[in-house]
Amino acid sequence: MKHIDESVVQRRMKSRIRNNMILKQVFFVATLFGLFFLAVLLIRVFSQGISWINWDFITGRLSTDPDRAGIMGAILGTSWLMLVVIPVTFIVGVGTAIYLELYAKQGKFHNFIATNISNLAGVPSIVYGLLGLTLFVRTMKFGNVVLAGGLTLSLLVLPIVIVAAQEAIRAVPQHLSEASYGMGATKWQTVKKIILPAALPGILTGAILALSRAIGETAPLTVLGIPALLIPFPGSLFDTFTALPMQIYYWTLDSSLVAEYAYLAAATIIVLLVLLFLLNSIAIFIRNRFQQRY
Amino acid sequence: MSALSENQKIRVKINDKEVNESAASEEKRAVFQTKNLNLWYSETHALKDINLEIKENEVTAVIGPSGCGKSTYIKTLNRMVELVPGVRITGEIKYKDKNILDKDFSVEELRTQVGMVFQKPNPFPKSIYENIAYGPKIHGIKNKKILDEIVEKSLRGASIWDEVKDRLHENAYGLSGGQQQRLCIARCLAVEPEVILMDEPTSALDPKSTLRIEELVQELRKDYSIIIVTHNMQQAARISDKTAFFLNGEVVEFDDTDKIFTNPSDQRTEDYISGRFG
Repeated sequence: MKHIDESVVQRRMKSRIRNNMILKQVFFVATLFGLFFLAVLLIRVFSQGISWINWDFITGRLSTDPDRAGIMGAILGTSWLMLVVIPVTFIVGVGTAIYLELYAKQGKFHNFIATNISNLAGVPSIVYGLLGLTLFVRTMKFGNVVLAGGLTLSLLVLPIVIVAAQEAIRAVPQHLSEASYGMGATKWQTVKKIILPAALPGILTGAILALSRAIGETAPLTVLGIPALLIPFPGSLFDTFTALPMQIYYWTLDSSLVAEYAYLAAATIIVLLVLLFLLNSIAIFIRNRFQQRY
Repeated sequence: MSALSENQKIRVKINDKEVNESAASEEKRAVFQTKNLNLWYSETHALKDINLEIKENEVTAVIGPSGCGKSTYIKTLNRMVELVPGVRITGEIKYKDKNILDKDFSVEELRTQVGMVFQKPNPFPKSIYENIAYGPKIHGIKNKKILDEIVEKSLRGASIWDEVKDRLHENAYGLSGGQQQRLCIARCLAVEPEVILMDEPTSALDPKSTLRIEELVQELRKDYSIIIVTHNMQQAARISDKTAFFLNGEVVEFDDTDKIFTNPSDQRTEDYISGRFG
């Protein structure tokens, strides 16, 4: 006896193919939706800002006069922030992931910690700003300096790095570490020579994401009391500073007073995007260099 | 039982070679003495009262149906089984008169002397040279000349030198499956172990590569004690001196390979070997 009735199959064939076509269009439109607004944003920012970008704007000091204003201070401030965020998140984040995945005893407590790290990744950034203000600016009396800002942003993106690194470490095939242990390697030797090199591309992907988030964050910095109008350049971890997103924020706010500030903000956005693009390119380059097949 | 040993005596008399071999085996030292070994994975009792004595410079095959505990057993011999969470072991395994299950027995030292070749070829995503040099390096050998020598000696030992000598610095993943497995054997030799554990080393390979590995095992038995888990009974019969038949976590029979395959003393062994189950 045949279980599949040919006529039923025929009858349903048309609607199946139609549904297939419709859903394809739905997914395409969903993609277009995001792309469209991204394109609007980019076009608007570039059309407003590109003519304001020149050497003097990039290397100049800040000024209330739109024609003389430069953003070198903010670029340096953001760079200093990254100088804190990159090593702190990388060392602490990867260290935590290594401990959780490879050393910690698996069990309820481990699951509890892991779940909460994922939850921390979803905590609003302004809350981290308050934490930074209490802890670094006031309790530790750093003031609103590079170190306080950098550590606050590090805390903010640490969960992203930890989760990404955990996943990357988990994805390293077990048979590689078994081979290493099988030859009498210790855990640390196996981690250092086998697991980390294999997990590095995944870890870097997470780091890229985290860095992009940190570089564009404004809310925690406003809570910390980071000034926007600051003439001197930061030269050490304990100098006050301003950052590119702060600059954008204040120029946008004040554009009702001075119309040209809106264009300066757009120009600064372009610089921020380029900086982000450069950082990502470096990370992607490193990632591809270390990409391994297994 | 006595009838069987009668039978064996007759066969030994018939075959001069076997007389010599069994005479030699009397003098062989035991590398592993397993006494009352029990192992649990959480609640599952995977190994039950295992008592086995494995002699040096012999090839010992471990056969049995899937899930019978044969892989678990050889992974206990280098304590790799401890990587599985929730494992509990009781009993004793003496490696050269030291109980390797003692908590203060260093696994790193044990695994330096008891190497392992895995089911699936698992070279590192590194060059051929770096794969072999990995073991010596983790044990602290840094001298480039010594490393070069170890690499060549190990690759020759695993009879793969001629195939790879011109591409030592290429990625090991460019090798075929069979070559990768011989590379893994070479990598194991590079640490200069005394025992080599092989966990179904040919199950992922084609017949030709399998044959090469089997030939290699015949070469290696001169210098190493080899314990090989295999699903392939012809393979066990071809390459081993002794065979242990595992079933449901117990050793049903452990004897000379010839005897196991021609005249097993347990009905279950005979059933398995003749393909009635498994």
